[in-house]
Amino acid sequence: MALTGLQIYKLLPQTNCKECGFPTCLAFAMKLAAKQAELAACPYVSEEAKAQLAAAAAPPIRLVTVEGPGHRVEVGNETVLFRHEKTFYHPCGLFVRVKDSDNVRAAAEAAMGYAVEYVGMSLFLDGVAVEAASGSATTFAGAVRAVREVTDRPLILMAENPEVLKAGVEADKGGRPLLYAATEENWQAVAALGKQTGAPVAVRASTLDGLAELTEKIKGAGVEDMVLDPGVRGPLESLTAFTQLRRLALKKNFRPLGYPLIAFPGEGAADGIEEAQLAVQHIAKYGGFIVLDRFTPALAYALLAWRTNIYTNPQEPIKVQPGVYEINSPKADSPVMVTTNFSITYFSVANEVDGSGLPGWLLVADAEGMSVLTAWAAGKFDAERIAKTVKTTGIEEKISHRKLIIPGHVAVLLGELEEELPGWEILVGPREAVDLPGFLKLWSPS
Amino acid sequence: MTVEIPAEKWSGRVLEVTLGATPAEGGTRSRTVVVGGETTLPFLHFEGEIPHPPRVAIEIADHRPDDWSPLLLEAWGSVVGDPAAWARAAEEAGADLVLLQLSLTRDGGAPTTARDARAVTRAVLQATGLPILVFGPGQVDADNELLVAVAEEAVGERIVLGICEEKNYRTIVAAALAHGHLVNGRTAMDVNLAKQLNILISDMGLPLDRIIMDPTTAGLGYGIEYGYSVMERLRLAALQGDKMTQFPMLVTPGYEAWRQKEAKVGQGVPGSWGDWRERAILWETLTATSLIESGADIVVLRHPETVKRVKAFIGRLMEK
Ligand code: B12
Ligand code: SF4
Repeated sequence: MALTGLQIYKLLPQTNCKECGFPTCLAFAMKLAAKQAELAACPYVSEEAKAQLAAAAAPPIRLVTVEGPGHRVEVGNETVLFRHEKTFYHPCGLFVRVKDSDNVRAAAEAAMGYAVEYVGMSLFLDGVAVEAASGSATTFAGAVRAVREVTDRPLILMAENPEVLKAGVEADKGGRPLLYAATEENWQAVAALGKQTGAPVAVRASTLDGLAELTEKIKGAGVEDMVLDPGVRGPLESLTAFTQLRRLALKKNFRPLGYPLIAFPGEGAADGIEEAQLAVQHIAKYGGFIVLDRFTPALAYALLAWRTNIYTNPQEPIKVQPGVYEINSPKADSPVMVTTNFSITYFSVANEVDGSGLPGWLLVADAEGMSVLTAWAAGKFDAERIAKTVKTTGIEEKISHRKLIIPGHVAVLLGELEEELPGWEILVGPREAVDLPGFLKLWSPS
Repeated sequence: MTVEIPAEKWSGRVLEVTLGATPAEGGTRSRTVVVGGETTLPFLHFEGEIPHPPRVAIEIADHRPDDWSPLLLEAWGSVVGDPAAWARAAEEAGADLVLLQLSLTRDGGAPTTARDARAVTRAVLQATGLPILVFGPGQVDADNELLVAVAEEAVGERIVLGICEEKNYRTIVAAALAHGHLVNGRTAMDVNLAKQLNILISDMGLPLDRIIMDPTTAGLGYGIEYGYSVMERLRLAALQGDKMTQFPMLVTPGYEAWRQKEAKVGQGVPGSWGDWRERAILWETLTATSLIESGADIVVLRHPETVKRVKAFIGRLMEK
């Protein structure tokens, strides 16, 4: 937890020599507390004070990175319990588990080959968890190599036997996998493997007491990057444990449990839909890595969308640039539509027009990133703003007609718009974008 | 090492609200449903009480809703268009509550009249013993006209009248006061607006245990995070002792999810969206699941499969 200026002052030399550029050590300490100065500016600060300050500045939940040769996932370093308090920063990693006893290559290829467009972003799953169900080091290493052939994303390697785990790490060429899991039984060997390879270590224990003891021992063995598995699987047990862990880290600054969490929703569920329900809970309530047992496109899409929603900064809606967007190579006689610059709104409309195959000009008004009705209710998508968009985007030079299609939800703007845009004919479009293709089929510029 | 479990001591408590009235209480319901009463955040039994599970209402329409997804029409089959039969089917599908949605116009386009609204309300009350909610079409004038008639018809039943908004709360609250009902106060995803409306409603003298608040929500992928966070904020405020936020919350994930293309249609969507039926059920189920985790006391759903899923998940979150 951050130190106050006074606490920092106590750690400084207190000689007021001014070399840091501040008149007194106290003034410097205040600036440090406000993060407006760097400790390095004081040449006299002791090594011990440096260590203490660094420890205090460390985030309450450690940032843990896993990597494949072509993709990295960073989780942790969260600062709040509720997203409205600031935002959630590091989207949890969504992994799909394959077992080395099955056809891992095909399973990994299907999951890693998956991508879906959502509000202009291409969303995909983060990596593969390979489990040594066989118990054999050779089989496991073979499975890891097979997975590596089809993906360059990070891996989670799952084996209870440290020898088997080691074979897996060696097979993960170019990767920095998460090692799952160190337990009371095997922690020395797994910690040694983590230290030797630099890979983060997942730690599992069935009580929070046990978990805290274990992380301290593993830390003592030289491993800094850890991930916690409190061993619970059902919705109630995991909501309870994950909430307690997040609170311990953020509110108590309890270092032994200040690490990201890993969840296995499939182990607490009877089928895909129930697994997805649990995963929804884990995404919102504090999961860092989420290992799915089932992959289908529908399931992946829903969970990826939910993760994007939860990790959207509440202070800044996702926006697109205002302006003119050309869809399907529009010509002078193609229809002109207007919408707002809220990403979800823009893409709902743009995707429909695009999918219809019909050409069109889409004007995007600067509505401060709000949806049509929200912006209308807030006075950010009124006749004046729409008229301004028409005039400033230069659309008039690009087209031969003067017809503007407005969203059906703001049909009330019709009269005012006709006044603001003399010479234009205002057409009220359908309320929902789904119905736009049908509407556009009837378009004629004359 | 002994880790001290960080439990919060909240000072506030959500009010308990009883929906429906049995013959002994002046109604005809075979049972009542109580929601609210929480003294902590959703399902954190380790630090507070959650005396009642979140409840599921199934939405039925007063006529055949042709704009509904074919998946929904197919799931309900022949009862669609027959509100009494639909209410019975909803009860069989596991509903705790039945929500009757009135429409602006009837089949054929003539406006729904107060008489129609009375008749359909009566039919639904006779068909099911569950407590019911009746929502107007969402246009102030129509809502006022229809809901006043409904309130009178269902006198003593402790039904929930919706939608009670800033624009029409006077009429709806007066009807609830006169005939022994509850109101569902809806505001647009804003903590202060919700509080303001609750103050206006309670200033009219409606007892606090007859108010449910509806902070509005959105579907997965379509702004749900706003609804999710507003509900978290409202519930935190309630637990911190802010009286005008201490009402059970109702949201409509069924309506929101099935409006979206992901649930509604199977054609002309990207291949990466996967199987239509699976996706549709997921869309509604996950929208509802996330809202239960952010404080919903009543979720209004549409598909029988979703109802089963959501109830089962609630069951698991409630087993202490
Ligand atoms: C999320 C949300 C918010 C978020 C904002 C999100 C954002 N970035 O815009 C927040 C919480 C901030 C918010 C605030 C407010 N909101 Co608001 N909000 C919503 C909500 C729940 C969803 C909106 C949404 O994202 N829809 C999804 C997008 C994709 O829809 P869309 O933009 O309309 O686009 C669709 C169509 O319009 C169409 N379309 C779009 N463009 C075009 C173009 C053409 C040519 C055509 C044909 C079609 C078309 O296609 C899209 C898909 O079908 C709605 C209620 C609801 N469930 O819908 C209320 C709602 C829009 N909000 C409302 C209100 C009143 C407000 C506030 C004024 C309340 C307040 N006083 O605080 C504020 C205003 C903001 C401010 N002052 O800061 C009201 C508006 C009522 C009205 N009819 O006037 C609504 C309808 C809620 C309600 N029932 O009361 N809101
Ligand atoms: S350089 Fe260090 S010792 Fe000198 S005034 Fe600044 S903080 Fe104090």
